[in-house]
Amino acid sequence: MPDQTLTSGEAADLRCLAALMIPASARHGVPGADEATIFADILASLERDFADVRKALAQLATLSGGRFADLAPDRCAPVAADFKAAGGAPLAALNRVVLLCYYRDDRVMRSLNQEPRPPFPKGHDLEQGDWSLLDRIRERKPFWRAAP
Amino acid sequence: MNEPVDVLIIGSGASGAAVAWSLAETKMRILCLEQGDWVKPTDYPSNGRDWEARLFADFAINPNRRARPTDYPINDSNSPIKVVNFNGVGGGTVMYTAHFPRLHPSDFRTRTLDGVGEDWPVDYATLEPFFAENDRMMGVSGLAGDPAYPLHHPPMPPLPLGKSGARFGAAMNRLGWHWWPSDSTIATTDYEGRGRCINLGHCTPGCAQGAKASTDITYWPHAIRAGVELRTRCRVREITTNEHGMASGAIYYDAEGREQFQAAEMVIVACNGVGTPRLLLNSASARSPDGLANSSGLVGKNLMFHPYAHVYGYVDQPLDGNHGPPLCLWSQEFYETDTARDFARGYTFQFGRGYGSIMEAINSTAAGRLPWGADHHDVYRRLLNHRIGLSAICEDLPEEHNRVTLDPDLKDSHGIPAPKIDYTLSANSLKMMDHGIANAKRILETAGATDIGVESPILNGGWHLLGTARMGNDPQRSVVNGWGRSHDVKNLFIVDGSIWVTSGGVNPTSTIQALAMYVADQIKQRLSAATLFD
Ligand SMILES: Cc1cc2nc3c(=O)[nH]c(=O)nc-3n(C[C@H](O)[C@H](O)[C@H](O)COP(=O)(O)OP(=O)(O)OC[C@H]3O[C@@H](n4cnc5c(N)ncnc54)[C@H](O)[C@@H]3O)c2cc1C
Repeated sequence: MPDQTLTSGEAADLRCLAALMIPASARHGVPGADEATIFADILASLERDFADVRKALAQLATLSGGRFADLAPDRCAPVAADFKAAGGAPLAALNRVVLLCYYRDDRVMRSLNQEPRPPFPKGHDLEQGDWSLLDRIRERKPFWRAAP
Repeated sequence: MNEPVDVLIIGSGASGAAVAWSLAETKMRILCLEQGDWVKPTDYPSNGRDWEARLFADFAINPNRRARPTDYPINDSNSPIKVVNFNGVGGGTVMYTAHFPRLHPSDFRTRTLDGVGEDWPVDYATLEPFFAENDRMMGVSGLAGDPAYPLHHPPMPPLPLGKSGARFGAAMNRLGWHWWPSDSTIATTDYEGRGRCINLGHCTPGCAQGAKASTDITYWPHAIRAGVELRTRCRVREITTNEHGMASGAIYYDAEGREQFQAAEMVIVACNGVGTPRLLLNSASARSPDGLANSSGLVGKNLMFHPYAHVYGYVDQPLDGNHGPPLCLWSQEFYETDTARDFARGYTFQFGRGYGSIMEAINSTAAGRLPWGADHHDVYRRLLNHRIGLSAICEDLPEEHNRVTLDPDLKDSHGIPAPKIDYTLSANSLKMMDHGIANAKRILETAGATDIGVESPILNGGWHLLGTARMGNDPQRSVVNGWGRSHDVKNLFIVDGSIWVTSGGVNPTSTIQALAMYVADQIKQRLSAATLFD
């Protein structure tokens, strides 16, 4: 298995970008995607996306003319916007890893009124809904097409 | 040295399991070789907090992404629709969404009725008892009385409408269009040892509750109790033939990677619409240089997927999110050919619920709907649990240039050539998809949805793998005859989706299994009459 660890420079860039992607919000009571626990989860979850994430970070470094994390604060947002506008599979992979770690964090889940738990074994309630809606269709004559 | 068997089945998925169970009563020695593993209920993603993340990892639907040792790679670069599958006991049923419509009577006669495709050598009435038997074995929930179908009686009540289903039902009523609760293989009551659905909401990557009928928990326990042997982690490289041109068995790699030979009196292939042509083409020999059972040249050709046009939007009230089986209703309003339209044949609408939190975030980011930065949280809160969507499942007509061949370079972990897909959407399909998209938008708008998005075709939507070893009476125009036996090799049968002649516009597994049971029944009748290999 090849080494699946980002360099400290790459990790710093990713963390800086994660903070821009999903910043902390006091109003919603949620951390940003760069928060220590969430970011540690991101680094540990690169797996199948490792190569693409590394490629995306290289693109980001090129656009930054060096380390993205070292840019002056007022340069970060425009460079990130250019990076996002360029799109591509590596960026999609990077996006995915950040989102899938962020939206399973207990604090984030609670802020969304979601229970932080796996679906099994408790499951969920699902209402039956109004079956009388179907009455109109029950009255319809069979309309399947007979075949010779 | 392996003991010879009477029947060798290759592939343990939807069709392989059904045929194994049906033939078990003959008391023949039956062996099934399956390249994948058993999946335990505790393996399924919905047991853990990483349940959504595993859809992008070991439970990804695309085998190239999933890349388990039991998967084989597929070169899909020349197709706008990527093949998705599952390789393990239960095959695709481990990962299917359990929507279980049957083909309609007209689907078996498209040439006669509409002048397109070909007529099948079987019809709905012939398959009807096998549909019923399969519904009982798989455990189908649904509601009798759908005017779009000949009357049939699903053994369990339908899945709940929920908020999403009720909203769609009301919209369809306003438009005056047909809709009906879907037949589904998700148990709504406790059924034959399976627990009823508790709305884990994550049906596609396997059901930890066992409410979803995958064949590892329906047919296989019965077949194994009746004496069928199922050998896992056995990947078949080729089917061998003898000097009489009859199948003599198969060469496979066992769990330790050792090459083995298994002798058999008859071979039944159930590897699906991609795995089966791959195996037949890999079984080329001096006697059949273009691949086994391929005198027609049609092995691998006429691949049909069902292009899916998916349309979704957002409403102003929270709906079910992913808290329930994703698919619960269908509409056949646009199923049959209408000469006023500019395409032949038609499509089913399948209506869905919403997504879990991660899927919503990933999909909405990819669609450019969910921004980075300060607005992210407000926008996300408007999206989560407000999504409602539906798909048009479009009939894909057979075209020989849509095909499975062997990739000259790509190989699986055993060095066996991998399949290559060449597929283009036909003009007929494109027009049908546009029609479906326009009508889906009307439905969504009537249901109060805005911010409408389209994914057409669904990229990772090659879940229905059909037509690549089609059945028929003419050996020059088909690979197997009207009861699944190869025209060329008289003890070789094919029972999976590859024997389909046309695709219809519905999810195929109900009909794949009914056909497999029909072929098994034909085998049993001809065994009794001693005419099986005539
Ligand atoms: C994500 C997803 C969602 C789906 N949703 C639906 C749905 O809602 N409704 C519906 O009707 N259908 C659905 N399907 C499709 C359904 O799964 C298939 O139609 C069905 O499983 C096909 O049955 P089959 O017998 O043709 O092949 P499969 O079930 O695919 O079985 C083939 C088996 O053969 C094995 N095999 C292949 N090659 C070899 C070899 N060389 N040696 C040994 N073993 C081999 C494979 O490992 C596999 O287990 C879905 C599929 C997917 C992936």
